[in-house]
Amino acid sequence: MLRIRLFEEAAGKLFEGNKMPGFLHLYVGQEAVASGVCVAMRDDDQVSSTHRGHGHLVAKGGDLSKMMAELMGKADGYCNGKGGSMHICDLDLNMLGANGIVGGGTPIAVGAGFANKYKGNDTVSVAFFGDGSTNIGAFHEAINMAAALKLPVLFICENNEYGEYTPRHKVMAINDVVDRAAGYGIPGVIVDGMDAIAVHEAALEGLARARAGDGPTFIECKTYRYYNHHGVQTLGMKYRTDEEVEEWKKKDCIEAFEKRVTEAGIISAEELAAVRAEVEAEVAAAVEFGENSPMPDPSTLLTDVYTEMV
Amino acid sequence: MTATEAAVRELTYTGAFNEAMFQLMREDEDIFVAGEDVGKQGGVFGSFSGLHAEFGDMRAVDTPIAEQAIVGLGIGAAVAGLRPVVDLMFMDFIMVAMDQIANQAAKLKYMFGGKAELPLTITTNGGAGLSAAAQHSQSLEAMLCHVPGLKVVMPSSPYDLKGLLVSCVRENNPTILVKNKLMFGVSGPVPEELYEIPLGVGNVVREGDDVTIVAYSRMVSESMKAADKLAEEGINCEIVDPRTVQPLDTDIIVTSAKKTNRVVVVHEAVRFGGLGAEIAAQVQEEAFDYLDAPVARVAAPFSPIPFSPGLEGHYVPNAKRIADGIRETLGRPAPGA
Repeated sequence: MLRIRLFEEAAGKLFEGNKMPGFLHLYVGQEAVASGVCVAMRDDDQVSSTHRGHGHLVAKGGDLSKMMAELMGKADGYCNGKGGSMHICDLDLNMLGANGIVGGGTPIAVGAGFANKYKGNDTVSVAFFGDGSTNIGAFHEAINMAAALKLPVLFICENNEYGEYTPRHKVMAINDVVDRAAGYGIPGVIVDGMDAIAVHEAALEGLARARAGDGPTFIECKTYRYYNHHGVQTLGMKYRTDEEVEEWKKKDCIEAFEKRVTEAGIISAEELAAVRAEVEAEVAAAVEFGENSPMPDPSTLLTDVYTEMV
Repeated sequence: MTATEAAVRELTYTGAFNEAMFQLMREDEDIFVAGEDVGKQGGVFGSFSGLHAEFGDMRAVDTPIAEQAIVGLGIGAAVAGLRPVVDLMFMDFIMVAMDQIANQAAKLKYMFGGKAELPLTITTNGGAGLSAAAQHSQSLEAMLCHVPGLKVVMPSSPYDLKGLLVSCVRENNPTILVKNKLMFGVSGPVPEELYEIPLGVGNVVREGDDVTIVAYSRMVSESMKAADKLAEEGINCEIVDPRTVQPLDTDIIVTSAKKTNRVVVVHEAVRFGGLGAEIAAQVQEEAFDYLDAPVARVAAPFSPIPFSPGLEGHYVPNAKRIADGIRETLGRPAPGA
């Protein structure tokens, strides 16, 4: 969670300083979801992500330096500067990519789940998507197919209450997104998406179910993004109130988790501070790596359009 | 059976496709087919007939009627190491799946800095002439060819269909193989063994020196009929079939254009913005000084495809319209005129 938070805050600063081209959709506020789920996953389990996808790659073990370089459009980035924030991926970590199309990644996660069943292994594919994604056709098609074919897929809905700049309740006639699970004939659960441990426990159950061959599970995580849909503004939005933002921040997933583990005596405040210092250094090194990495050579413009067949 | 006998064995267009599918799936356990009715039914046109009986539910997969999810299934499975063949029953339905095809499959490799391999084949059925009307008859290859990352294949014979399908399935790029519905029952020589026809390599199917006809898919056989007729009038047509429309074998077209000095492009798709426009542009870029006439196009008019045979017969290009187009390019009067 902390790695995601500090990475995103650093990315936001670079964006403000005009050192980061394109669009930036920050994951800050929702860290408990990616972390809670990915910590429950095995390395061979796959992930499909969204346009707000940095958190999923960090949680899957992504290299912060290569991530930062990619966000800056540099040659040493994960995608050699060809993908950027919305297409960041690490196939070696079975992270099948962020996705610029809302709902676009879910059918791909289902395809990966099909491959797992086909190969007869017990690997599970996890689809992360937002509340907005559940309104799009591709999403319905994919989740229905996964349910019908009983594929090992875990559906993680990050309900942050807004589809871009529109409140969820204006575009959806149900209060809980998870109600949709019944329509596909799969179990659905709601968890507090600001509580990493609750998310983790629900994910463990869903993953176990999928691994056992019992098919998909739908988990709705109630969460919130602190920043605007795009960019680094937090307050003064037309579509939400500052009071609402402040209310959600009181439930901050990192503060809640740190309080819980220190009070339980699992980890001391000093140890937490040491972890924070370590992550701060890692993020600072990532920024430095990104800044020092060259722009891609123009000669690479037309490479990787196709795989050369020999 | 001797080699000569094997070489002249005939299969239908559908039979050639079906045989290649069996052989490919026996050869490589990572290959499966998924789509609407491809299981026990064997596909609505019989293309996948018998596969389910041999390979079972997981390798001949009946899917929901959900084209986006069908293509997504193929993309995800391909990224996860399989070699999927996904079927979209009619080419028109490609429009339903266009996000997964154009925004996902086509771009994955590039967006990921080259790190993704996508050995995905999409098969579908295009072409008019069956009174299937406006949503089950289209030839939409130009839209697909416009998207970098895709390869688009339009076979004109059973022989080409088998060899091109084998190449598509063995490719590590997303390919779209478009069969023509009026050709399902057309027979031709097809070798029994697996063989590849490389993607992006065209074929001179008839030699001549008066005019070059560039045609693909079913328009090759219509062009042959036109060429037979024109031969009686002393006009020798060369027919070039690019076979793959993306990548396009520009060289074989330009070489022929330089030889005959006249080019007529024929396709079933509508004329405006069709492949004919691209081919005409490339020919004038590469062979302008060799041309004795503007590059001509024989194609469908700019309207949706009508239902009634009384209208559809006037819509789809045929041998007569092709012959008329060639006479016009050569400045020859129609016979009896």
